[in-house]
Amino acid sequence: MPLLEIQNLTVEFPTISGLFRAVDGVSLTCDTGEILSIVGESGSGKSVSMLALMGLLPGNARITADRMQFDGKDLLTLSARQRRSVIGKDMAMIFQEPMSSLNPCFTVGYQLGETLRLHMGLGRAARRARSIELLQLVGIPAPEDRLGNYPHQMSGGMSQRVMIAMALACNPKLLIADEPTTALDVTIQAQILELLVRLQRENGMALVLITHDMGVVAETAERVQVQYAGQKVEEQPVTGLFTDPHHPYTAALLASLPERAVVGQRLPSIPGVVPGQHDRPDGCLFSPRCAFATDLCRREVHAQGPDFGQALCNYPLRLGIPTGHPTMSVALAGEDA
Amino acid sequence: MLRFIFGRLLVLIPTFIGVSIIAFAFIRLLPGDPVMLMSGERVMAPERHAQIMAELGLDRPMYIQYFDYLVGLLQGDFGKSIISKRSVLTDFLTLFPATVELSFCAIVLAVALGIPAGMLAAVKRGTWLDQTIMGTALVGYSMPIFWWGLLLIIFFSGYLGWTPVSGRISLMYFFKPVTGFMLIDSLISGQAGAFKSAVTYLILPTIVLATIPLAVIARQTRSAMLEVLGEDYVRTARSKGLSPFRVVGLHALRNAMIPVITTIGLQIGVLLAGAILTESIFSWPGIGKWMVDSVFKRDYAVVQGGLLLIAAVIMIVNLVVDVLYGLVNPRIRR
Repeated sequence: MPLLEIQNLTVEFPTISGLFRAVDGVSLTCDTGEILSIVGESGSGKSVSMLALMGLLPGNARITADRMQFDGKDLLTLSARQRRSVIGKDMAMIFQEPMSSLNPCFTVGYQLGETLRLHMGLGRAARRARSIELLQLVGIPAPEDRLGNYPHQMSGGMSQRVMIAMALACNPKLLIADEPTTALDVTIQAQILELLVRLQRENGMALVLITHDMGVVAETAERVQVQYAGQKVEEQPVTGLFTDPHHPYTAALLASLPERAVVGQRLPSIPGVVPGQHDRPDGCLFSPRCAFATDLCRREVHAQGPDFGQALCNYPLRLGIPTGHPTMSVALAGEDA
Repeated sequence: MLRFIFGRLLVLIPTFIGVSIIAFAFIRLLPGDPVMLMSGERVMAPERHAQIMAELGLDRPMYIQYFDYLVGLLQGDFGKSIISKRSVLTDFLTLFPATVELSFCAIVLAVALGIPAGMLAAVKRGTWLDQTIMGTALVGYSMPIFWWGLLLIIFFSGYLGWTPVSGRISLMYFFKPVTGFMLIDSLISGQAGAFKSAVTYLILPTIVLATIPLAVIARQTRSAMLEVLGEDYVRTARSKGLSPFRVVGLHALRNAMIPVITTIGLQIGVLLAGAILTESIFSWPGIGKWMVDSVFKRDYAVVQGGLLLIAAVIMIVNLVVDVLYGLVNPRIRR
């Protein structure tokens, strides 16, 4: 049984104009020692699904799932108090904005020690020792001096290191990193990613890395899950995803990477925008922006099997050719030949 | 920190001069003069009036009178009351503890009720509880103080007979003031029932004086709390598995207190102003009542000296608030 297993997770928020579905039937698994990356644009429900897992969504969110299991515990039936004994201990999370994620009114030492006291019941001296050890682990120089610092006295990269130290305080089995490098300088980004991967290997924990940066995915992840408008559209090992994307959305995302652009030509982009609350199409949500969409796609969409990375597509791509497509597959195959 | 305090003390000097000019001019702008009012309904001969004015030095040009007053101030002499001939400073020091006692109880009540009420309203945002608390706060804020005081007296003192109408302690008790604070003095005196009596006399004025600050603090706490509850670090605190009580009561409240402390500091100034009305309603022998009486008697020396001393108190309170602010908010600490 995998460490983390979520099946058919749906999250809805009541708004003035009706229910807004932020996450739509997402399933995922992640095992000990594995790095799973969730990729998607803003609003694709990446963060919301993980916040739902942590139990950090506001009270008005409606969360349903067929299954939500972590480390043998059924998260759907846990009481709030039982859930709090899991999060921060066995399951920890770091966030996008390190500068605002630390409380400006408390010292680094206090904020680190708080977790240690709550989940491990350490005394004052033990907390201090463990805090110094943790800060050393995440590569902060002179950790003894840093304990008395306030967040405003530290840089963004330093703050993110402290956040990571806080998340690792109780040796969690699962670490969720929600776009941990988005707010940081490029050089710092690489350092933080390297740190996360190193810690993941050393501790043998599972790491869920949420990002919209394909470069980050390529460098760190082992398995990738692509989300679009709240749905999972594809799941593949990282090499497979980059060489042979099965969903047209993934293919279009990869094609629009500057690194893959042909010099002297316009950078390809995906026409249109992600559907919002009121313009969700029937059938495939990507159909309005898809080059291969047919009338069938605008009516209904079927998920493919593991051969096609469970792509949520009627005509999954195989080396860029839509399989079973009424017109395109023949034409493109003909071109190749 | 010391440099900061020293800098703030330097700023006090021009402020003092400004306040002394305003206080000096304000009371002289009112029609009539102390001698005219002392003579009452009997008409005083103009020669006699001029003679007394001259004796008091009030016939000299205004700028000379001011200069004279300023020289006295610099020597620590706040002047003597024209009517009672007692030293203004001595009177102030005798009466001030009564006002401090009342204001202190009022601000404690306002903070003790206002902050939890504001927190509760913020956490239960949009519910009937939030609306009830904020509605009550708005009513309290809009209530005319003298009318509210009279309503309470009619109901609790008149109708129910639970509390006395006015004064600081029952006439049955008498002891020499030691600290000037009735609650402390009654305890020191060791007389049975004296402390209880002092408390019952304090209840209504405290409630009346606390009403507006209470409403303001509750509203400010709510809005500061709502802002803070949406911050990333509150989410971080929850992601650690901390109890909601600790997340709201420690991580959020500590940050929300920064604007609230500023408000509380400002409310202390409002309290001293409010004390003037409240003390008049309840015949509370504090500086508020003293100032009102002196204004009516055109006791120039008392009004100008009293205003200056009150201003000094407010300035010192503000300085203390600024120092506290640094204690709560590490970002402005050096």
